Amino acid sequence: MATAPTSRFITAGTGDPTQPRAKGPRLSAHLPRVILYALLTLFCIYYLLPLYVMVANSLKPLSEITAGGMMALPDAWTLAPWQSAWSTAQIGVEATGLRPYFINSLVMVIPAVAISTILGALNGYVLTKWHFRGATLIFGLLLFGCFIPFQMVLIPMARMLGLMGLSGTVPGLIFVHLVYGIGFSTLYFRNYYAAFPTELVRAAQIDGAGFFRIFWRILLPSSGPIAVVCIIWQFTNIWNDFLFGASFADFDSQPMTVALNNLVNSSTGVKEYNVHFAGALMAAAPTLLVYIVAGRFFVRGLMAGSVKG
Amino acid sequence: MTDISRTEPASRPFGDRFRDALPKLVLSPSVAMVAIFVYGFIAFTLYLSFSDSRVLPSYNLVGWKNYEFLFRIRAWDTAVTNLVIFGTLYIAICCALGLLLAILLDQKIRAEGFIRTVYLYPMALSFIVTGVAWKWFLDPGIGLEAVMRGWGWESFRFDWIKDSDMAIYTIVIAAVWQTSGFVMAMFLAGLRGIDGEILKAAQIDGASTFSLYRRIVIPQLRPAFMSAFVVLAHMAIKSYDLVVALTGGGPGNATEVPATFMYSYTFTRNQMGIGAASAVIMLMTIAAIIVPYLWSELREKK
Amino acid sequence: MGFLDIKQATKSYGAVKVLHETDISVEEGEFLVLVGPSGCGKSTLLNMIAGLEDVTSGDIAIKGRSMLGVKPADRNIAMVFQSYALYPNMTVRGNISFGMEMHGLAKPEREKKIEAVAELLQITQLLDRKPGQLSGGQRQRVAMGRALTRDPDVFLFDEPLSNLDAKLRVDMRTEIKKLHHKLGTTIVYVTHDQIEALTLSTRIAVMYGGHVQQLGTPKEVYDNPANMFVAGFMGSPSMNLFPAKVAQANGAPAAEVTLRNGETALLPFAGGSMAGHDGRDIILGIRPEAITDRDGADRNSNAVHMIEATVELTEPAGSDTFVVTHMGGRDITGRFRADVQVEAGDRFPFAINMEKAVVFDPETEARVA
Repeated sequence: MATAPTSRFITAGTGDPTQPRAKGPRLSAHLPRVILYALLTLFCIYYLLPLYVMVANSLKPLSEITAGGMMALPDAWTLAPWQSAWSTAQIGVEATGLRPYFINSLVMVIPAVAISTILGALNGYVLTKWHFRGATLIFGLLLFGCFIPFQMVLIPMARMLGLMGLSGTVPGLIFVHLVYGIGFSTLYFRNYYAAFPTELVRAAQIDGAGFFRIFWRILLPSSGPIAVVCIIWQFTNIWNDFLFGASFADFDSQPMTVALNNLVNSSTGVKEYNVHFAGALMAAAPTLLVYIVAGRFFVRGLMAGSVKG
Repeated sequence: MTDISRTEPASRPFGDRFRDALPKLVLSPSVAMVAIFVYGFIAFTLYLSFSDSRVLPSYNLVGWKNYEFLFRIRAWDTAVTNLVIFGTLYIAICCALGLLLAILLDQKIRAEGFIRTVYLYPMALSFIVTGVAWKWFLDPGIGLEAVMRGWGWESFRFDWIKDSDMAIYTIVIAAVWQTSGFVMAMFLAGLRGIDGEILKAAQIDGASTFSLYRRIVIPQLRPAFMSAFVVLAHMAIKSYDLVVALTGGGPGNATEVPATFMYSYTFTRNQMGIGAASAVIMLMTIAAIIVPYLWSELREKK
Repeated sequence: MGFLDIKQATKSYGAVKVLHETDISVEEGEFLVLVGPSGCGKSTLLNMIAGLEDVTSGDIAIKGRSMLGVKPADRNIAMVFQSYALYPNMTVRGNISFGMEMHGLAKPEREKKIEAVAELLQITQLLDRKPGQLSGGQRQRVAMGRALTRDPDVFLFDEPLSNLDAKLRVDMRTEIKKLHHKLGTTIVYVTHDQIEALTLSTRIAVMYGGHVQQLGTPKEVYDNPANMFVAGFMGSPSMNLFPAKVAQANGAPAAEVTLRNGETALLPFAGGSMAGHDGRDIILGIRPEAITDRDGADRNSNAVHMIEATVELTEPAGSDTFVVTHMGGRDITGRFRADVQVEAGDRFPFAINMEKAVVFDPETEARVA
């Protein structure tokens, strides 16, 4: 049971990209190692360059950037752009900095991730271990819901949130993310539980355990790996969302991504590039942190879900 | 599979019936939510696309008028053309680059874990963050062009982001930067799933490295190509955030795509009927790609 | 009426009938083995008894009470699974305790039972380990321990030994048999291994294609197979089945078989069976142990006949030597003493004990004598 089945639904292959292969062909005969490593390093620079630009420029005064020194390390190191982005920068009409919006995003993301993960786990359990006619069809319909262009639901959802009294509120955003997050969390748990031995469920049935007891005592204790994958996926997706935030949030309920976009595109005054970069790094920090700490699970999530909503 | 629907004896206590229905009861909130908020809403938007809705939804049907209008609007024409250019280049470059990187990384590289992490981290970022980074990096005033000139290459020009004809390609650049590492991971998973003994056999058969990849390895990556195509195509059609953050659809409306078109017609230009029609066309395009894919995947599972 | 009654039970998945009308009545304390190749319906039938799959039509009753609509947990059964189905997150103690906990037993009582069962199965020192830390044989014991605490009316075993290596399988087989002797519980046991079936059971149901082909004691099934399937399936090496023709030898009915070189030989039927069937095509079934050399033949039998035939091949197997020859167009295996002096190519007299021979109809494959 220990082998965590990284579900093979919508995945590229059966291999694990985080496991080096033991044996296989090498290009070495035709491609000297030096060139191989040079190529790989070149691509590393390509991928790291924008990150370098963001970090370096968020730590220098604006004058250094406008003088054409974007690529250079700061001459005069400063944390002022970070302070400004966090607490004083102009977001829309108010000079609040990004802090309130960072908090909005946190308040939004935590319950949305928690609830969609729990529902996904229960759905996956029902769809695999209590199979009934039409289960595959229902799963297919749930899954298709993940892929629709959300432009299709913007108009009715705006009205629905109005009817529910949740227009322009953080709870409204939680609700939206929850609804459109269920498909993926169900996908993860369904595929994981499909590989979970059904004999265990049968044994528990004979032992007299009921529906919830089997879930709670037998499946859930073994669900750690997939729960991590699912939580990371949902967290990244919801944190990084822009469309729903831009469509359904009011000024004071904006998530971080929307606030960042407002910061960068506000037309008043001088463009404070260094502040923009600091703000971008703040918006990127939580997901980057998750990626660095739990990269392995992040990759599994990508592979299993493969789609950035 | 555990089957809970038993042959019904004459009368069953309520508790038993409840217990048998429990799994379906647990599933039902999710099913209800998806039924309403996905399929109900699709139906609603579909209806609106045939109505004369402007600022607010209207239930007055006008037939295909919105669609006729839509295809006469130049901005929509631009959006579709841009999507075709963007989608084609984005998918092609991501696949090519992803495959190249995967093959390079699959040569028993010493620091593979680190390099993989570097290639893949952009996927953790929001498109808005990516947009901001590339927006200023490509800005001729302060970015690459200014830097190159500052380094002495006075005639260096790179102002695509300000050029109506070229701006769409800057979106390709940023999008490829963000997703190609992920495509690399998909191909790497595919490569790692290939049986090492097949490769050994091919080597014994005398296949050169090049023909080994061309004849044996790449054909076996077909499922990975399929998945990559579906994922990338669907992301291309839905791409909204990146365009908003990078170019805001400009200069002018040079980088308008269907997603931004829908948003601006619905919420800022108050042409909800036309906005809905454009959303329907986006849905149809995605469905044409996703439905056959899901169908084959789910059927295979049985 | 028996202790466990399967009455006209069937199972269909949609239009596919995987179990045809089946009647089996099991007495209290019996050890019934359901044996057959994979896909024969044996596991389905076991799951139906357990209540894990519903009965399409017919009935299953335990102690006279119909089990239709009764949940698995309320049938007073216990089951040991092929994969053992030990809960990976619980210790051995937790695994054994779980079922009792679900049935609301108080903790001291659970502890007492766990101790008793652990002692019986010699797993006391394993109680605080997780299943992942156990060997195959130990897992097997834990799975049985879990079942034992239930004090069930019927024990169900679903291929419990098939995941063990050959040596351990033999040991555990002995242990299960001892356990049955000690406890005297009714057991229904599914396996595809005919040796397990013969050694363990008090009665065997041989299944194939969703039908019970034969139900009987191990001896009945082995000596008097009801049809060619049972004859071929039970016993290893399997029974020699080869075409022959009914003829007359000295006025008594005999089987006429063709040898390699086109010669024919006559084997008179024991006890004058097959009289009046002259000229009929038959399939003759003779087990390897009824084909030996002259010295190895059964002295108590008066139906041993000698046939001179060419040895094709010898297969020394330690305790015996299997000698292959050719009859009726088939390879025929005989079981000889290990020290028999015979080599491939030899003309050699084979002693055939016709008392042990059975006769099948080539069309219906049913036993005729």
